[in-house]
Amino acid sequence: VPRHRLCLLAVALAVSGCGGPFPQSTLEPRSDFGWAVDHLFTDIFWWAAGVFLVVEALLVITLIRFRHREGRPAPRPTHGHTVMEIAWTLAPAVILVFVAVPTVRVIFATSGEAPADALKVDVIGHQWWWEFRYPELALVTANELHLPRGRPVQLSITSADVIHSFWAPALGGKRDAIPGRINRIAFRADSMGDYAGQCAEFCGESHANMRLRVVVDSDSGFGRWATVQLTGPARPAPGTLAERGKAVFARSACLGCHTIQGVSPGIIGPNLTHVGSRTTIASGLFPNDSAHLASWIADAPALKPGSVMTRMQPPLTDADIAALVAYLEGLR
Amino acid sequence: MKRWITTTDHKRIGLLYFWTAFCFFLVGGLEALLIRLQLAQPNGHLVSAETYNQLFTMHGTTMVFLALMPLSASFFNYIVPLQIGARDVAFPRLNAFSYWVFLLGGLLLNASWLVGPLFHAPHWNVAPNGGWFGYANLTERQFSPGPNIDFWLLGLQILGISSLAAGFNFIVTILNMRAPGMKMLRVPAFSWMTLVTQFLVITAFPVITVGLVFLMFDRFFGTHFYVATAGATPLLWQHLFWLFGHPEVYILILPAMGIVSEVLPTFARKPLFGYTVVVFSGVLIGFMGWGVWSHHMFAVGLGPIADSVFAARPC
Repeated sequence: VPRHRLCLLAVALAVSGCGGPFPQSTLEPRSDFGWAVDHLFTDIFWWAAGVFLVVEALLVITLIRFRHREGRPAPRPTHGHTVMEIAWTLAPAVILVFVAVPTVRVIFATSGEAPADALKVDVIGHQWWWEFRYPELALVTANELHLPRGRPVQLSITSADVIHSFWAPALGGKRDAIPGRINRIAFRADSMGDYAGQCAEFCGESHANMRLRVVVDSDSGFGRWATVQLTGPARPAPGTLAERGKAVFARSACLGCHTIQGVSPGIIGPNLTHVGSRTTIASGLFPNDSAHLASWIADAPALKPGSVMTRMQPPLTDADIAALVAYLEGLR
Repeated sequence: MKRWITTTDHKRIGLLYFWTAFCFFLVGGLEALLIRLQLAQPNGHLVSAETYNQLFTMHGTTMVFLALMPLSASFFNYIVPLQIGARDVAFPRLNAFSYWVFLLGGLLLNASWLVGPLFHAPHWNVAPNGGWFGYANLTERQFSPGPNIDFWLLGLQILGISSLAAGFNFIVTILNMRAPGMKMLRVPAFSWMTLVTQFLVITAFPVITVGLVFLMFDRFFGTHFYVATAGATPLLWQHLFWLFGHPEVYILILPAMGIVSEVLPTFARKPLFGYTVVVFSGVLIGFMGWGVWSHHMFAVGLGPIADSVFAARPC
């Protein structure tokens, strides 16, 4: 194969990484926090680019100008140059001042303080899913965080077991969820959208499967969502498959771990009162459809290794699972 | 064969370190290759989630403690006595001890790939799976019940003994066994960087030793050094680990900087430019390496003042 073809192939392979989409890019900010970091990044990038150019130019010039050639005398030995040493110590120090001042400003601006009217959400990391509680709304949900656009929000982050880290790159930086501690992060989302995020601190076997979504909606859209979440769970119509599903739920181990308001009080797994209204299951791993729900109920650890939700003993029949799926999908 | 096993000669021990480090380097590279193959496609199933966690834990641990550090040790052993005009290191038997303890620690760590049945595990591999940084409280018995983390704990403790013994050995060698007339500011740059590195080793390794002993006590004897529900904070581990871990960065890079400071002048056919500055910079890096550990912890929530202080430190 001719060399230039190999080069082309290498370039093509490298460029293929630029294709996107990049749902978790930090370079497409959608909040005040995101923009602050983005501007800082751009600032520092240009300082670094300038330093890189100067240093590499000097290096290349030196390598060419002073390279060894036949017949040249040996170079004059130089042991050092105090003025130059001082100069290239001071120059970086000055540049670092220009980098440090905006850095410290952004650190303080993003430290988690929020105005008093901010929407408060408690974020609790679990192995391997996220619990979201809105104390002012008395509302509990899981894995999909709904927020209004344009209003400041403050998340209070902690963990129920090991250390996790809450990270939705378009909206803000990582903030660790540490048992016994509460960390805060505050931001104001500036555009509606469905933003991907995930746990950013290694937290055990299914760390990679601990994803999350942040749904930023208009103020009225968020209000509608909250109203629906605050109503009791849907009651399946008598004689339907869903009603049989409710009976299966009530007589099997489900209720030990999951809350369905007015039906079961479990707190180990995600609250399922309105599970049918979510777009994904298993903390953002799969679309919320009957096929995935069915295989999740049948054998969760096969889809999410290490999952606390083990296969039920004795196993549920296919008919039971179909009924459960119908019931859960109806909980909108 | 017997002569290699019983040797106390610094050059031979240097070669033993070199080839052993190279073998572990291949093992670590193989682990990296498996990681990359798993990631070559979405939802890869080349290895299980559990094995994948073991692979990246062992890759990191292997590259830091079983490849890079002993590779540096091979250069210390081979070159430092020659550079300072000594016949050997100060304590040749201790030097051999360091090597064999290192080999033992490396073999113990890697034995965890094969001994699952001894621990009634359903598979062969019970390799460490808590990340090379081993963050508590994930590494507590409650969340990591198997023997995996125990291999990591004991392996690192044994490797620490090897590094500490070698550290004292080389400090004594460089301070006491230089050729007549070789004042400290005539010691070649590589030997200077070796000296700084060894001071970092003997001060940083005790910190991780303490951290590991706490974790070991938590796992085996029911203490609560990192248990949040008992009122402790798992952040203690992160402070101890990075208080070791950041000097460790300089333990790895300073010898390489020393080598560059020897190779470049040799091939440019000129003396090292600014030798004194190079030496004092190396010493300064050694000191400043102790002041930057929290820049591994910016997401931890130490507060904007602590974050700013550690952001402003230049290393």
